[in-house]
Amino acid sequence: MTMVLDLALIVWLLALAVHVARARDDQSAIIAFIAFGLLLGLGWTRLSAIDVAMTEAAIGGGVTGMLLLRAEARLRQRSLQPRTPSKTAKAAAAVACTAVAAGLALAVLSFPSPAPTLAPAAAAALDATGLGNPVTAVLLAYRALDTLLEKVVLLLALLGVWSLAPDQLWGGAPELRQAVAPPPFVYLARILPPFGVLIAVYMCWVGADAPGGTFQAGTVLAAMWLLIMLAGLRPAPDTRRTTLRLLLVGGPALFFAIGFLGFAVAGGFLAYPESATKPIIVGIETALTISIALTLGLLVAGPSSRAPTP
Amino acid sequence: MTSLANAFTLIAIGGGALLFLAGTLGLLRFPDTLSRLHALSKADNLGLGLIVLGLLPHAETFTGGLKLVCVWLLAQISAATASQLIAGVLYRRKPRP
Amino acid sequence: MSLASLDSATLFGLCGAALAGIGLFIVIAHAGLLRRIVGFNILGAGIFLVFGAAARRGAAAGFSGDPVPQAMVITGIVVAFSATALAVALLQRLFDLTGRESLDAPAAGDKQRAEP
Repeated sequence: MTMVLDLALIVWLLALAVHVARARDDQSAIIAFIAFGLLLGLGWTRLSAIDVAMTEAAIGGGVTGMLLLRAEARLRQRSLQPRTPSKTAKAAAAVACTAVAAGLALAVLSFPSPAPTLAPAAAAALDATGLGNPVTAVLLAYRALDTLLEKVVLLLALLGVWSLAPDQLWGGAPELRQAVAPPPFVYLARILPPFGVLIAVYMCWVGADAPGGTFQAGTVLAAMWLLIMLAGLRPAPDTRRTTLRLLLVGGPALFFAIGFLGFAVAGGFLAYPESATKPIIVGIETALTISIALTLGLLVAGPSSRAPTP
Repeated sequence: MTSLANAFTLIAIGGGALLFLAGTLGLLRFPDTLSRLHALSKADNLGLGLIVLGLLPHAETFTGGLKLVCVWLLAQISAATASQLIAGVLYRRKPRP
Repeated sequence: MSLASLDSATLFGLCGAALAGIGLFIVIAHAGLLRRIVGFNILGAGIFLVFGAAARRGAAAGFSGDPVPQAMVITGIVVAFSATALAVALLQRLFDLTGRESLDAPAAGDKQRAEP
């Protein structure tokens, strides 16, 4: 029975991906991609990866979809359509891509058995941290260096996006608000954020022991902030504001500081003292959640499009 | 008691699934955007409501049940807003007499 | 191998392989850059699913999956998003400056747009 569900999900995922490849206009392709992200989230629950499912649904389906739809709306006034590649070029691409897919499929079918796993090592780390959620333990203790560097990547991406603003607009605010925000939308932007913030706080807190955590909470917070900015209830902040920049680097900076402190108290970079591991991880998570929420929101908002207010 | 709860769950979730099927049929077959929207919101509101109702007896804790109800309420709010927004776009695009 | 002998980890792994192929095809065969960005995301999703299959098979120590690949996929999803955001910003800048949304050489009649 569950096999039927798996197969149905897989057929839908493949059908939506093919639709993205074949759709005539970009808008239809992007809407299919949003549905794809949500179904993929369901697929991840079938693989018993609830944390990934939540991240995929929130980021893959939600925030990426919004980013792409906004870009599509801005590009829609384009006058000339791009040239479509010739039939032979497409056929050659299809052959090459089928080869890649077949190679990957072969790799999947010849996975070694019994499967190699790091789960016992992660379980050992779990005991040392006092956490209950193995994925959070991997992200923030066992492989904390990956997470730290990923935060730096996020900040670099944001710097890249900001640098694309014309010179005279540097340090200004991005523009998100529509010309006229429809009243129902403004109403939603007024009533939903309190619940969203509550859900984000809950997700961040519960992530120590159950599915959830800093990425998921940060994404929910970012979504609420974007909702408020889109409805025009609050303007987007000037990107040169010091408080904003301090909050953006605050999470990674705290992470770095604790990492270096590890040399002094626990004998290694990112080593936590045995007795205070859980409070330290929850503290890092809180600071990271705020940084991630701001970074994700500003990444969607794009480069500044107004001159900075003096 | 458990068999009664199971029967309730089966009926409620079956009804919800049926509503989703009908809503999807309506979405695919109805002639204009407003009636498609109507079919969709029926499925979203009542169908999801019935499924949540059916799952409630199986919630392990009280807060678990409460979370299910919250899911339904939040889906209601977003579905209602999305319907309003789509209908609003339609209204503005329509040439006025 | 019969279909019934496949478990859901293998099924989703194969699905991931197919998705990676489709995504790669979109990236190569579409000239429009926005569609290429969507294709890049589908390609990433496919690779992540292959990881997910490996994670599911690595269930041990009382976990329903190996948490290490799962955590890597979460990291990957976030990094893929930031790459997408940077790509979209680059595309919009290209469009603002040239009025084009592909990397084709501009046709003779095209005029450059003025800096806004």
